[in-house]
Amino acid sequence: MRNIWTICKKEMKSYFSSPVGYLLLTMFALIIGFFFWNVVGYFAMMGQRQMQMGGNMNVNEFVVRPLIQNMSVVGLFLIPLITMRLFAEEKRQGTIELLLTSPISDIEMLVGKWLSAVFMYGAMVAFASISFFFLFAYGNPDLKPMLVGFLGLMLQAGALLSLGLFISTTTKNQIIAGSTTFGVSLLLWTFEWVAGYETAAWAKVMSYISVIPHFESFARGVIDTKDVIYFVSLTFLGLFLTARSLESLRWRS
Amino acid sequence: MIRVEGLTKRYAQNLAVDRISFEVEKGRIVGFLGPNGAGKTTTMRMLTCYMPPSAGKASVAGFDCVSQPQEVKKRIGYLPETPPLYPDMTVDEYLLFVGALKGIPAGELARRVSDVEERCAVADVKAKLISKLSKGYRQRVGLAQAIIHNPDVLILDEPTSGLDPRQIMETRDLIKGLAGDHTIILSTHILQEVEAMCEQVIVIAKGQLRAIETLDSLIARGVGAVDVEIEPREGELNFPMVKKVLEQTPGVTTVTQTGEVRNNRVRFAVESSAGHDARGDIARAVVGANLNLNELRSGLEKIYLELTGTTPAAAVPAAAEETEA
Ligand SMILES: Nc1ncnc2c1ncn2[C@@H]1O[C@H](COP(=O)(O)OP(=O)(O)OP(=O)(O)O)[C@@H](O)[C@H]1O
Ligand SMILES: [Mg+2]
Repeated sequence: MRNIWTICKKEMKSYFSSPVGYLLLTMFALIIGFFFWNVVGYFAMMGQRQMQMGGNMNVNEFVVRPLIQNMSVVGLFLIPLITMRLFAEEKRQGTIELLLTSPISDIEMLVGKWLSAVFMYGAMVAFASISFFFLFAYGNPDLKPMLVGFLGLMLQAGALLSLGLFISTTTKNQIIAGSTTFGVSLLLWTFEWVAGYETAAWAKVMSYISVIPHFESFARGVIDTKDVIYFVSLTFLGLFLTARSLESLRWRS
Repeated sequence: MIRVEGLTKRYAQNLAVDRISFEVEKGRIVGFLGPNGAGKTTTMRMLTCYMPPSAGKASVAGFDCVSQPQEVKKRIGYLPETPPLYPDMTVDEYLLFVGALKGIPAGELARRVSDVEERCAVADVKAKLISKLSKGYRQRVGLAQAIIHNPDVLILDEPTSGLDPRQIMETRDLIKGLAGDHTIILSTHILQEVEAMCEQVIVIAKGQLRAIETLDSLIARGVGAVDVEIEPREGELNFPMVKKVLEQTPGVTTVTQTGEVRNNRVRFAVESSAGHDARGDIARAVVGANLNLNELRSGLEKIYLELTGTTPAAAVPAAAEETEA
């Protein structure tokens, strides 16, 4: 346990000893802030129109849900920036030789690194979510679906971060690690498009693999066990691949 | 303390380390000597559990490097060829991190770090970013990292490479000071380094063990070949005369000039009949002929070149015994 924490702490410090950590925090918050402003503006306009027609509009459905969905998508683009460094940089600097000859296990090392990435993403989500407080100040959204949405964001990030971690072990070049992770994230996002025109078995499989349909339920504020299982297994797959990759690194290096 | 049996490492087609066997006793400083590409780094990486051997066995303090790597790693301090440093950390941060990684209890950590900073003379830069340090300081931080958990065994890959002469001397003293409590293996391709620090020498070349013996016996084998530098006490150098003086010294078999005559000085490699120590006679003869003897050293270089040459002709008995054992 202590070893995991040692590694995790070191990685978190290193996000903020370079501009990367601050850049990620600001970029994510800016983008989400912009979306927030747009969604609220749209909501206000629609709200007036609805009121004239005597209807009612729900803040959760019209503001929180699209925002959380946007956060999920924007996250896809930023996740490669969080993970690309994790192992590639150790390999480039030769510090991997220190880690692999220290009395800690590969599992402790990779879990520590993965946790630091999850914390980094968590910090980004938390920072970007400050705007949500305005909703409580000026409206009365339900808290529970919002929290479920955040849980979904974290589960999704955990899965993609573990894949990014794995990809980072395969190269000593951060750019290659980052762009490959970006490509994989993008594919996992867009796979579900095939479901729009095709109903054959392969299309079902592809859209099952895709992240988007599994995120839907969380965005709606519903916890679906199937989707939790999907994200958790994807996480374990990523961590497992990372462990195997570290092992083969020893044999090849 | 360290036991290596038939250790072999193959990179695809390339046999980097070929059935090496040796043993190192507790408290010894052993020099791992060999030319570039000999397989020194590869052997050390197998000893430190960085990579598994293709064949053969290595054990440290009785623990096998393949089946009990965690036990081995706890007992080893390792300075790789390029010090494994994080440029965006300060020296303090780095050593605290490595200390925790090596399993030093949290309560002792700060004390161990300042201890080791004193010892490796990096206390004055402890708040500096590693990226701002000079090469010599980086090397010393690397050394501090290797000894922070007070390991039984120290494995140092070219610990003095890239240092200035003063730092080389300081580092050598530091390493010598660590012997006794620690068993040390250090690699180098510089003969003087071994001469200055080690009690025992392991010579490898092309992945093969060429010799394993004490420094004294290596030097004893070197007395048959002596390098001298001679200068006339006054006037111009009379080359044929100087050469004749050397050739007529009792026991001397061949005299070969090495290098140009420069600044009125000349160098010779002098060989004497096997096992005969001609150094005293040479010195007397040279001085007797009214010449200055600027330098006289046993020709370790020659032995080194012989041992590490392409043909393992000089495959010494000691090496043969060791591989059988
Ligand atoms: N990762 C690797 N992949 C393939 N071949 C390698 C690798 N590392 C080393 N080698 C080869 O193994 C042989 C031994 O290399 P090694 O680095 O152990 O030599 P060395 O004795 O440390 O040399 P030097 O004094 O230059 O550091 C060399 O022929 C080298 O080309
Ligand atoms: Mg080397």
